[in-house]
Amino acid sequence: MIGLAHYLIFASLLFGIGMFGVLSKRNAIAVLMSVELMLNAVNINFVAIEKFVTPGTGLGHTIALFVIVVAAAEVAVGLALIISIYRHKKSVNLNDFNLLKW
Amino acid sequence: MILQNILQNAWLIPFLPFLTFALIGLFMHRWPKLSAALSIAMIAVSFVLSVMVALVVFGNAEGVVYETATRWLSMPGLRVDMGLLIDPLTAVMLLVVTLVALLVQIYSLGYMHGDPGLASYYAYQSIFAGSMLGLVVANNFGQIFVFWELVGLCSYLLIGFWFGRNSAKEAAKKAFITNRVGDFGFLLGILFLQVIFGTLNFSELAAAIPAYANSGILIGISILLFFGPVGKSAQFPLHVWLPDAMEGPTPVSALIHAATMVAAGVYLIARAMFIFNTSAPTMTLIATIGGFTALFAASIALVQNDIKRILAYSTLSQLGYMVMAMGIGAMTAGMFHLMTHAFFKSLLFLGAGSVIHALHDEQDIWKMGNLSKKMPVTTWTFVIGALALSGIPPLSGFWSKDEILLGAFAGGHIGLYILGTLVAFMTAFYMFRLIFVAFFGKNTAGEHAHESPAVMTVPLIILAVISVLAGFVGSPLMNNAFAHYVTFAGAVHHEANLTVMAVSAVIALAGIYLAYLVYQKQVIDHAALKIRFRGLYNLLYHKYYIDECYAWLIKHFIDGSAKILEWFDLYVINGAVNAIAAVTGRSGYALRYTENGQVQSYALYMFAGIVVLLVSALCAVFSALA
Repeated sequence: MIGLAHYLIFASLLFGIGMFGVLSKRNAIAVLMSVELMLNAVNINFVAIEKFVTPGTGLGHTIALFVIVVAAAEVAVGLALIISIYRHKKSVNLNDFNLLKW
Repeated sequence: MILQNILQNAWLIPFLPFLTFALIGLFMHRWPKLSAALSIAMIAVSFVLSVMVALVVFGNAEGVVYETATRWLSMPGLRVDMGLLIDPLTAVMLLVVTLVALLVQIYSLGYMHGDPGLASYYAYQSIFAGSMLGLVVANNFGQIFVFWELVGLCSYLLIGFWFGRNSAKEAAKKAFITNRVGDFGFLLGILFLQVIFGTLNFSELAAAIPAYANSGILIGISILLFFGPVGKSAQFPLHVWLPDAMEGPTPVSALIHAATMVAAGVYLIARAMFIFNTSAPTMTLIATIGGFTALFAASIALVQNDIKRILAYSTLSQLGYMVMAMGIGAMTAGMFHLMTHAFFKSLLFLGAGSVIHALHDEQDIWKMGNLSKKMPVTTWTFVIGALALSGIPPLSGFWSKDEILLGAFAGGHIGLYILGTLVAFMTAFYMFRLIFVAFFGKNTAGEHAHESPAVMTVPLIILAVISVLAGFVGSPLMNNAFAHYVTFAGAVHHEANLTVMAVSAVIALAGIYLAYLVYQKQVIDHAALKIRFRGLYNLLYHKYYIDECYAWLIKHFIDGSAKILEWFDLYVINGAVNAIAAVTGRSGYALRYTENGQVQSYALYMFAGIVVLLVSALCAVFSALA
């Protein structure tokens, strides 16, 4: 039988993979995708906890839907930024994006 | 009914001049004539109100006492009221201050004619009058201190009125700083009173004080309080500012530095007599300082050549007289002398101002001469003032001075009595030295002088009449009416003593006759005397070198400690501040390399931070569970 713990462990793994991607990938697109992974891990948590802790309230579903909407918007803005930077730098490598330093 | 109305509205007396100051300062300074008119009109209203208050107070056979107060400042452990205390002492002061202020302001129309700062002059005159009246009606020490400082400020502003002149600027600063020394002690005394008795109100203090009579703490407090009068009434050793204060316009000298502000110190001693007379050592100190100042200043006045400085030293000497009277317990006589002195000394100053005005700012008596022909009104009013000051019967100065001498003689202070009589002799001598040289001398420098306009001579005539008559209210001829009202607990009244009267009158006449012999008949050659007693002459002429001593002390001690403090400020305080700034700057310089512009390194720091927070939170939870 699959219980709450399975979902939480799965979500944690997904979150960890996403975090690893955010911190280690040099490609800005890949970093954005990793962020999506982290967001989805959170969504799984919301839905699973609603199912097992407060069944029938619909709270977790609602928040998960909000997160999806916000994630879509975030990707739109993020991709626009990356395209904009790419036009200047001819690169999507994060190591090249170091204008804001001392 | 009307009686209560007048007393209830007595707050208008100090308020109107303050209002005038605000109006002139804010709206009317462009129209000097209008400012002057408003100022004179308001002080005239204050004078009329004061007369009404006096009529009410003295209309009652026992004298009326009326007190009211409103809270001005309140915090735990301190309450300062702005109050109104009307009793015979206040009524006398109100009359003196408003009358002299009114006459001086009218006189100033002539003396200050055409001065570019006329509007601000009248604004200062108004705020001075308001502050002085506020001081006089105060019912507690907090209020007295506030107005005490305000009159000091006005004095500073008016001494330095012609601030283009370096000497005036220096004199204003000197007056302010010297007064600060006295006021420091005064404030300490007031704070001690608040701490020990929990109130600053006169009547509440008067009820609480007797339990502490002659205790060490009360002796300390009363000596600290006496610092205030020493500074404000220019007693030795803080007398140095008053002669220099003569740099101000002459009407200012007449009002502030002869009649009213300098008398505030004496008034304060009278008002706080319930504290002073419970402490025998303080009374002795007051009497000694007063007597010494009287003799000391009179001896300096003997050889000065500047007409205003002679009068300034005379004022010092007379203030010493009043303070001495307070110290020997003849408070009524001291207040009486304060009143008569205010009239005849402001008369003398205004007369001197008239002469200075006519001679285009000449103040050296040896460059005057033969003014009696050209300026009869000034001359004869001046002579009346001088006679009153010298104590020639039946002018006002005779009665008041006689009361003081009587107090000293009958109170058993024979030393002070002899000293007072000696000072009376010197007073007569230096005043008539001035008169014979400046008004009747053979020098023809005064040829082009002309009598001052009526706006200046009329106040002189009024003051001269008052100087003649004011003494009668306190004379035995009118049953000592003054002493009947202005009384103090513990003060003793002595029956008139004809011997004392005769001695003081004869001594004064002798002084005048000696001055006549030396300076008019020239039977005794004063130039030869000057050479014969060169050492003494130089000592007196240089005012006992007190200023030089102070300058030396300041140069060697104050400047030295200032250098140490400057070093401390520069290297310790500044050093600490600069060190903090340097550490912040350097650490910022080092830490800025963490700002590398790499988004991922920032994200790493963030996650690391979260991990640290989570771990510490978990540790806390587990340790709480364990």
